[in-house]
Amino acid sequence: MKKAQIECLTKTADNIRMSVLRGTYLAGSGHPGGSLSIADLLAYLYFTEMKINPEQPRDPERDRLVLSKGHAAPALYGALAERGYFPKEEIDTLRKTGSRLQGHPDMKNTPGVDMTTGSLGQGISAACGMALGAKKNGQAYRVFAILGDGELNEGQVWEAAMFATHFKLDNLCAFIDVNGLQIDGTTAEIMNTAPVDQKFKAFGWNTLCIDGHDFNAIESALLSFADCNGKPTAVIMNTIKGKGVSFMEGKVNWHGASPKEADYQTAVQEITQRLEGNCHE
Amino acid sequence: MSNKIATREAYGDALVELGKDHSFFVLDADLAEATKTVKFKKAFPERHIDCGIAEANMISVAAGLAAAGNIAYASTFAMFAAGRAFEQIRNSVAYPKLNVKIGATHGGITVGEDGATHQCLEDLALMRTLPGMTVINPADATEAKKAVEAAYSTDGPVYMRFGRYPVPVLFDEQYSFTVGKGVKMTDGTDVTLIGTGIMVSIALEAAELLKTDGIQAEVINIHTIKPLDRELILASAHKTGAIVTAEEHSVIGGLGSAVTECVCEGHPVPVLRVGIEDQFGQSGSVEELLAAYKLTPAQIAAKAKAAIAQK
Repeated sequence: MKKAQIECLTKTADNIRMSVLRGTYLAGSGHPGGSLSIADLLAYLYFTEMKINPEQPRDPERDRLVLSKGHAAPALYGALAERGYFPKEEIDTLRKTGSRLQGHPDMKNTPGVDMTTGSLGQGISAACGMALGAKKNGQAYRVFAILGDGELNEGQVWEAAMFATHFKLDNLCAFIDVNGLQIDGTTAEIMNTAPVDQKFKAFGWNTLCIDGHDFNAIESALLSFADCNGKPTAVIMNTIKGKGVSFMEGKVNWHGASPKEADYQTAVQEITQRLEGNCHE
Repeated sequence: MSNKIATREAYGDALVELGKDHSFFVLDADLAEATKTVKFKKAFPERHIDCGIAEANMISVAAGLAAAGNIAYASTFAMFAAGRAFEQIRNSVAYPKLNVKIGATHGGITVGEDGATHQCLEDLALMRTLPGMTVINPADATEAKKAVEAAYSTDGPVYMRFGRYPVPVLFDEQYSFTVGKGVKMTDGTDVTLIGTGIMVSIALEAAELLKTDGIQAEVINIHTIKPLDRELILASAHKTGAIVTAEEHSVIGGLGSAVTECVCEGHPVPVLRVGIEDQFGQSGSVEELLAAYKLTPAQIAAKAKAAIAQK
């Protein structure tokens, strides 16, 4: 990938991060940690990979993204706003009464949200349904799903993992955001899901392990997805919860706590400095 | 009334008929022989998706199909649809108002010998609480078939309950079925018997028993638990002044509760409920179980007299 493209994606990811921070700060609640860890992936998918048109958010032939870890909605909204699905000012309404930006994604309310999610484990199954529908109907769209590593505790994920292989859903690519933290502590302490890659391999998936903050690695993984026939693809992404805000990185307490004024200002300052450094346009 | 057909058979037949002219998917969870979606599987193998023994996944897969613009009928036993997959139905189907039509077979005590784990007595209550969910419990094979057709053209999620046990055919092909519109089966002035599902034909027998005692019972078939036909129920409450509900379901939360809520708010009259009395079922033959849990014409008639006495 060219340096300019990486810089551009880095800037987009940081803009998504700014939305995450602003939305959760103004809401006084939300899940910044797991939103920040997927900001890079969302930047790549929405600005490089997905065949979508924000002018036609319901186009039947569009690629889909199912945020199975629905609590990372602030990041999804950030990406959708960056991509032009709705005005960026709307981020200020996150989690507020009457807002289109619900605490967890709501497909009926929000342009660009392809599936209602939030209850863990269900999104990956819905993504399977979308992918199977495409195959049965002869449609070319692809389905991307994003799961958390804590989410892998849910048995339904493994029901879906069996299903996707059984029906040869090679139009389905699931990203597992392995940030190593869930609400009550580290995944190793609470419910160890490791080795995640071997589990997906055993279920018959085309499985890759990457650094989830490396755009080149994301690009390579998606090339592998494109080349793989007859199997679903699982991209196990090693990530840092809270990525991009130094005092939030790797800290479990930022899973479900919004930044207060001082922390918000510190985080904004850090990202602003980085944006100014990266921006050569 | 001599001809008896299980409503699950009608479900399978109706899917095949509907499949000839319409495009949709039918999902099952390794119970196609029992739910009778096997008939659809034989006719349209490419549109039948067996999800294996994984009901939570099946419901969410159906939601994904529907989110991508398809109509999906998802089938398993009532216990595993409304029960096990309740939260999938709530969050992935009802909340986004998706076109998933749940064909729940083996509802109620007439599952028989399989016993309590498989006898779902709570599904109507559970499904009725979900905003936007249409809940249909057909009385016979004809109504079941028409419900399957109506579900296709109903926007949003529909829960349909079908039975394992053959029940009398009450309606012929000319029968006009409308979602949300109850059916007055007999006219009466002394008491209203409101049945749903297999209890409609049993309520009709109860009305015959009451007739021998000089009591004129009005029998109403409420095939759609939600949206409830309040108009028909309140008009009858006004006319007879006493109601007995009858359902093959817990007396908590189902038809009895729905009618009671409606009548209490609209035109209070005595309402007595026939159903399973806050308990689990057990193994047994269907006839013995219906008798043991008092889902009988005699019980409805006795409650009718008690309701009349309360006027």
